[in-house]
Amino acid sequence: MTINELQLKSVEYRRKILQYIYHAKAGHTGGSLSIIDILNVLYNRILKVSPENWPSKTRDIYIQSKGHCVEALYVVLADKGFFPEDDLLSLCQYQSPYIGHPTKKIKGMEQNTGGLGHGLSICCGSALAAKKDDSSVKVFTVLGDGEMAEGSNWEAFMFAAHYKLDNLCAVLDYNKLQITAANADVMGLEPLDKKLEAFGWAVKHIDGHDVEALTNAFESLPFEKDKPSFIIAHTVKGKGVSYMENVLKWHHGVPNAEQFEIAMNELV
Amino acid sequence: MSQESVNAQAGISLANLEIFASTLETIAKADKDIYAVTSDSRGSGKLVSFGQQLPEQIIEIGIAEQNLVGVAAGLSSMGKKVFAVSPACFLTARALEQIKNDVCYSNNPVKLIGISAGVSYGALGSTHHSLHDFAVMRAIHNITVVAPADNFETAEAIRQAAQAAQPFYIRFGKKVMPLLSEEDKTFVFGKGRVIRKGRHIALIGTGETVYPALEAAGLLQQAGIEATVVSMHTIKPLDTALLASLAQHCEAILTVEEHSVNGGLGEAVASFLLQNQWHKPFKIMGIPDEYTVTGSQNEIFTHYGISASGIEQATLQLLQKY
Repeated sequence: MTINELQLKSVEYRRKILQYIYHAKAGHTGGSLSIIDILNVLYNRILKVSPENWPSKTRDIYIQSKGHCVEALYVVLADKGFFPEDDLLSLCQYQSPYIGHPTKKIKGMEQNTGGLGHGLSICCGSALAAKKDDSSVKVFTVLGDGEMAEGSNWEAFMFAAHYKLDNLCAVLDYNKLQITAANADVMGLEPLDKKLEAFGWAVKHIDGHDVEALTNAFESLPFEKDKPSFIIAHTVKGKGVSYMENVLKWHHGVPNAEQFEIAMNELV
Repeated sequence: MSQESVNAQAGISLANLEIFASTLETIAKADKDIYAVTSDSRGSGKLVSFGQQLPEQIIEIGIAEQNLVGVAAGLSSMGKKVFAVSPACFLTARALEQIKNDVCYSNNPVKLIGISAGVSYGALGSTHHSLHDFAVMRAIHNITVVAPADNFETAEAIRQAAQAAQPFYIRFGKKVMPLLSEEDKTFVFGKGRVIRKGRHIALIGTGETVYPALEAAGLLQQAGIEATVVSMHTIKPLDTALLASLAQHCEAILTVEEHSVNGGLGEAVASFLLQNQWHKPFKIMGIPDEYTVTGSQNEIFTHYGISASGIEQATLQLLQKY
């Protein structure tokens, strides 16, 4: 997919995220809109994973640590053909397999996540297993900025560097807002790059909505031999919908009919 | 011949911990996909030899139990047969959310090995005791919970769990445990082992409490009371067919466990019996809901009646009430 095609895809994905959240009257709207460009580039340019090679041992692995933004992942997996997109009309409905966090009930999902601070440790185990097998499998996760306060993440940061997991890439969807307030007010993360470098990771800052920058970053992995790679992807919560951008209530706010129409008119 | 068979023939009994470690090393030598994952616990897990013999198959996490279980889940998801080995007290409390989500809910078939379980650490105190682990594991879906009683059960549990495609929690202590039976060599998860039979009372133990129950049965026999003794090595799923049979054939039932009296084997048995209209004289022995007395494992056991004479006395009281 070309950069231009990726950009168009991002618009399409944003529209679908909102459509299914609007239909379900539930979902993590702001974060799904901030993570979506990262998932777009991963699934359309980087990951060797498809319905055809699922679940072969040679597939690349993506585990979403910020599980609550599952709507973005559902939309991308449907687009890749893992399941019929219409299935998402049952999102969060009684007896639906499409629950509000990643679930292995759905083809294409690697792990059940949702509790925060879990994805990176699992990725560490998967990446180490790939190393043990001399496999070329690469392992990716996207973390939320709020969950960076979880101690388990820092246990995993130590582990990944200790075992030189340069087949592991963690991306921070750094929209700088969590459910209560700004990260800086809840529990400050900065200086994050220095902390991660001190933990033994190779770190890059990029614009997490710039699909070309994302593509270039992912294609240059590992950033340093023998080091795990960390991408601080600077994003905007609610990206693409003017009234949602950087507004706290859209963490899991659901648009009403009028707001939905405004959003659809903006996302073209 | 397996190590525990050699030991048994020579009349040697070891701690279940030792048998776990030697069994794991034996099976790992034949299967390079078997991994031991430790949290600075290879010494306390008796895995020093494993680490020397199979350095590529042991993964050190450091003192980080949450990461221990998460990494174990990731390894397991890639087809590795993973034994995550850590003191039971830390493994099942500090890393409980990882056990619930990353192992059980995500169905990554990690074998969680809780070493020095119960009050094995004795006078080190409550930070190092695991008297909650049966209770929390019983409430989590998709995990088999096992407390082997002797060297035979331990070796079988480790061998069979290694080949199983589901998560397991297996806990044991470091006390030397005599073989319960020379004859009975069957071990099936979810099936209690009947060590001896008697019609007056069924003494149902698990892990290191089975042996004092067996000793109590000997004392009771001298008083004319015939006791059935069961090693209920699998707490979940519980052998309800055996429980129904015991309820039918024994006048009273007593459970004994190295665990809080809340939420463990005893309450599991009680739940089954009551809900199936078995209204028998019944007693749960274990560690009461209080600050545990200071002492060695033996002293703590004796203090709370988890001893031959303590179980004998509890049985006599129970039968007199009847």
